[in-house]
Amino acid sequence: MTLLSAIRSRLVILIPYVWLLFFFLLPFMIVLRIALSDLEYGSPPYTPQFSLSDGWSGIWDKLSTLDFENFAFLVGDSLYINSYLSSLKIALISTLFTLAIGFPLAYGMARAPDRIRPTLLMLVILPFWTSFLIRVYAWIGILKQEGLLNQFLLWLGVIDTPLEILSTNTAVYIGIVYSYLPFMVLPIYSALDKMDESLVEAARDLGCTRIGAFWKVTARLAVPGVLAGCLLVFIPAVGEFVIPDLLGGSGTLMIGKTLWIEFFNNSDWTVASAIAIILLIVLVVPIVWFQNAQAKAAEAGK
Amino acid sequence: MPSLGNIRRSFAPWEDPAAKPYISFQNVTKRFGTFTAVENLSLNVYEREFFSLLGPSGCGKTTLLRMLAGFEEPTEGELYLDGQPLKGVPPHKRPVNMMFQSYALFPHMTVADNIAFGLKQDGMAKPERDERVAQMLKLVKLEQFAGRKPHQLSGGQRQRVALARSVAKRPKLLILDEPLGALDKKLREETQFELMDLQQELGLTFMIVTHDQEEAMTMSDRIAVMDKGVIVQTGTPAEIYEAPNSRYVADFIGSVNILEGKVTPAGEGRIVLDGPDGRITGAVRDGAPATGETAWFAIRPEKIEIGRTPPEGAVNRLEGEVWDIAYLGDMTIINVKLASGTVVQAATLNRFRLVEDPIGYEERVWLSFNPDSGVVLRS
Ligand SMILES: Nc1ncnc2c1ncn2[C@@H]1O[C@H](COP(=O)(O)OP(=O)(O)OP(=O)(O)O)[C@@H](O)[C@H]1O
Ligand SMILES: [Mg+2]
Repeated sequence: MTLLSAIRSRLVILIPYVWLLFFFLLPFMIVLRIALSDLEYGSPPYTPQFSLSDGWSGIWDKLSTLDFENFAFLVGDSLYINSYLSSLKIALISTLFTLAIGFPLAYGMARAPDRIRPTLLMLVILPFWTSFLIRVYAWIGILKQEGLLNQFLLWLGVIDTPLEILSTNTAVYIGIVYSYLPFMVLPIYSALDKMDESLVEAARDLGCTRIGAFWKVTARLAVPGVLAGCLLVFIPAVGEFVIPDLLGGSGTLMIGKTLWIEFFNNSDWTVASAIAIILLIVLVVPIVWFQNAQAKAAEAGK
Repeated sequence: MPSLGNIRRSFAPWEDPAAKPYISFQNVTKRFGTFTAVENLSLNVYEREFFSLLGPSGCGKTTLLRMLAGFEEPTEGELYLDGQPLKGVPPHKRPVNMMFQSYALFPHMTVADNIAFGLKQDGMAKPERDERVAQMLKLVKLEQFAGRKPHQLSGGQRQRVALARSVAKRPKLLILDEPLGALDKKLREETQFELMDLQQELGLTFMIVTHDQEEAMTMSDRIAVMDKGVIVQTGTPAEIYEAPNSRYVADFIGSVNILEGKVTPAGEGRIVLDGPDGRITGAVRDGAPATGETAWFAIRPEKIEIGRTPPEGAVNRLEGEVWDIAYLGDMTIINVKLASGTVVQAATLNRFRLVEDPIGYEERVWLSFNPDSGVVLRS
């Protein structure tokens, strides 16, 4: 290997790290630094501001004023803790609903005849061609008092007064399930699609009923896909802002919304940053757990 | 009366009209859309029989087995197992285990767990189950691999796991779809004998698909040769080899020379075929072809004598030139080109290590054979 190509191959390995450094670690450090600063009415609204003219000792003095005050504040106020808990709850329930709808969908797709499978896949991906915001907006038209859903149900005669769905948590659930469904369907579909149909036959041959074979083989082999799907839905759902803002009501408490209010309405960058940091820490736990599960699944064979 | 293949069988329930078949296909047809995979097929297999299906790729062997195991329902016709109609009986309720052509090993389970799967399903107690698994691992010589996952095994090892898994439950009927194809010759032969032992010991009925005719010959009580969804011939290995009923079967099993001619009766159960290669006298067993009909004389290479001088008193003799010689160790195959251009294969057993003056390339030689050594075929 020549020196040049050696350097080049090193560079290729470095690229993802450089990417992570610039687009993840650096922004994270900036947010962390703001979270550790003190609120100040100015622009930007926090101190200390570092400046090269301070010299080493000046910078050191300013560094030592950084503290965990903002975090202490978050813990002290039940609003924030409730926001986190409510976000986690909404995300968890939505994830379960998404799984309940997404798994049969993915299963149906994977077992569909080869001819129509690409079309089905296309239909799942199709919504991505429209802006997320517009699709969520469209749900307002469907869910509102005189919206399509209520008109339809009234016409059917199932109800005689319009249901109040918009501006409730129900609307938020509907919005999240709808928006994140493809993220659940695609990984499960890919896991089921890889699976050899004759495995189910082998299980039935060896004494399983259809349902037994489904649980022992199909469901078991879909686990990596299910985990990936759940994570892909759960993590963004926890921090979701657009859906609770548009579809939820004043009673909908979600951390994304709280963060937005701190940042834009209260101009409290320091607390907003602290909220973001804690959110990240809360989410790291399931991610690490997922990584472990994936590694184990990879070891167990494809 | 001389017997085909010099074997006298003690087990031949198919010759007993009173014997009840264990498996019975009755006019079974299976269509996939407009494609007919199995056509109006009838077949009886008896208890404790080792039955092989032979046939080219795509002729419907797997489809036949899948109907038996319960993964396909016949489009027409009926299927009986031990006298009971199988229609609508789900796979797990059939006393049948199948080894899949694709192995279908559970990727998330170890070798031992794969083998134990069916036993667990039956609720067998753990000590007994462990013992059975150990026994199966020994059968397929995978004792050291019990803890491995299928993706950590070689192709042949996977095949052995699949075999062990299907045998583990000791089903009354074992269906094996190309069970030994991925094994090397030595291991294959060992496994063949162990399967035969197992069958003897446990009294199982075997239905197996193989592409290896030698394997079919070694293991089977009877063989069915299939072509395009129909069974062309069913018979003991000796019947299939020595008395094929068509050029297709003759050609499918072993090597054969086929000589064509127009029929003239010659009395004493013999006919004469006049064709481009000369005049050949053959013995007819049943159903003599009519005068003037085109028929074929099929003769195996090992039943042809080869010599330098015109053989005295031989009914059939053909002259030609040595075209090709293949030395196979135990025997030598000599291809002789006749004046007509037909190449005839003769095989001689190499009974001596040193041969004075072996036949060489481009020599003129004489081939001779007995009318009884081959069969006259009408199709
Ligand atoms: N599910 C199916 N749908 C459509 N056609 C099928 C199906 N299963 C089998 N066939 C067709 O039926 C024919 C017989 O298939 P089968 O698998 O029984 O062949 P085989 O004799 O086992 O061949 P091989 O020796 O290659 O395993 C083939 O032409 C195959 O394409
Ligand atoms: Mg097959």
